[in-house]
Amino acid sequence: MLARSHNLGAALLLAPLLLLLAVAYGIPFLGVMRWSFTLPEPGLAQYLTVFTDPLVQSVFVRTARICALVTVTAVAAAYAIAYVWVRGTPGQRLIAEYCILVPFWISVLTRAFGWVALLSNRGLINSWLQSLGILGEPLALVRNEFGVVVGMTHFLIPFAVFPIASAMRAVDERVLLAARGLGASRTRTFWSVFVPLTMSGIIGAALIVFVFALGFFVTPAILGGGRSVMVAELVYLRIFQSPDWGLGAAISVTLVLIVGLLTAALFRFLRFSQMAG
Amino acid sequence: MSAYRPGPLALFFAFVVIIFLLMPLLAVVPVSFTPSRMLSMPAGELSIRHYRALFEDPRWLDSILLSLRVGLVSSVLATLFALTFSLGIWMFRPRFTAVLVGFVLLPMIVPPVVSAITLYFLLTSMSNIGSMIGYDTWLGVVLAHVVVTVPFAVVLILVSLGQVDRRIDLAARGLGASTWERATKVIIPNIKFGIAAAWLLSFVLSWEEIGVTLFITSVNAITLPRLMWMGLRDNIDPAIAAISVILILITVTAMTIRIFFARSR
Repeated sequence: MLARSHNLGAALLLAPLLLLLAVAYGIPFLGVMRWSFTLPEPGLAQYLTVFTDPLVQSVFVRTARICALVTVTAVAAAYAIAYVWVRGTPGQRLIAEYCILVPFWISVLTRAFGWVALLSNRGLINSWLQSLGILGEPLALVRNEFGVVVGMTHFLIPFAVFPIASAMRAVDERVLLAARGLGASRTRTFWSVFVPLTMSGIIGAALIVFVFALGFFVTPAILGGGRSVMVAELVYLRIFQSPDWGLGAAISVTLVLIVGLLTAALFRFLRFSQMAG
Repeated sequence: MSAYRPGPLALFFAFVVIIFLLMPLLAVVPVSFTPSRMLSMPAGELSIRHYRALFEDPRWLDSILLSLRVGLVSSVLATLFALTFSLGIWMFRPRFTAVLVGFVLLPMIVPPVVSAITLYFLLTSMSNIGSMIGYDTWLGVVLAHVVVTVPFAVVLILVSLGQVDRRIDLAARGLGASTWERATKVIIPNIKFGIAAAWLLSFVLSWEEIGVTLFITSVNAITLPRLMWMGLRDNIDPAIAAISVILILITVTAMTIRIFFARSR
């Protein structure tokens, strides 16, 4: 009797969200997956295209290159600001906190627009350089990979800061003092003691940034201007512009598999670093 | 924490990063005051025409009101769904907890463009059978926003539940409280800040949502980010700079209140 009411209570609490997501997400996702095997005709032809078509391949290669670059720049920048946020004086920490959290809460559109206002041909940087007579012709800073990398790095820095900062907070102050006491310079203490102790945060941040960057749509679409197409935009183009639903769905499924593998790696890594810590 | 501070070189690099982070946010301020109809730096005189356009042009006003409505409804729903589910997980510790939570977090992990196609497929199918919730309707946007924001609400509420002392719940059980009484009188009062945070995050995520909204709306249900997107893709409309400045000011104000509130506590 008790067990039955126990199960009923659990079911009543768990069911609403599970049902909602099964009906509104799980089943339609299976429907999209089906497209990849059935459109335009049944078979694995679309997956063959994903892995052999030079256009699709070039988009995957470009996406991997941009994501790798963004991961390096965002994690390095995040490390620099997280260091001040965690170990600075109270005033420095307050400034760092504002500069991390304000961009974090501001929408991706506003931030991409800010970069357009700065980098476009009539933007702040070009008009400033031209009015100073340094440049005759405006520099092409957007509608190319440079603009995409800048915009994505800017978007992803706050996401990289959080895991790095939590690893930095866990570093025992006494270890650093011991290193200094044993004669290591400040620089040596930083590179040989502090950085290795925060490696779990760096790797976690890199995985998070890379996974987020893989599925990016808005920033590349605005700052790439249709020239530096990444995987997510390719999916959009195949589904909505040159209808080839089967290929769009096959690319989506491939993307989900890659993201799934990386996420699984992230969780295994997190568990490992918890056990180690 | 005090003995080992960042040196001058570390401060210099952090300063460069700060400039980089703030630059695009500051850049929109001068652009928003341009007297021109196109994206440009104001040369000489300043104008507030783009701010007036936000209040006089019904397109902007309508989209702001729609975003508020969608944000309020979807964030309340997402919080309620997340709360019941998280309570179920915490109180009953079902078998396969990891699988259940993993399933619920999927919309957060799957790339937005894939979620967008999935929800596009769902909503166009619902439109075809004549449902009120469908493609390019405000209720369709609400449904999509609940799906993509609910994982974030679940994470915040589960984290908050993780900090509750199980012994108070055991005491309530031992004293004969029913499941309903344990949930409403013991557990929920202990996680009310977590619930509030989950609601706020759901609201902000819905208010800013573009990745999915872009695919499931066309001409009727135009939220504020959707309208900004349209203005960004075609001719860049400086009214976007004006709305951006207002959004940035709201964010900075909210942050300041939060930081000082956290300090005074």
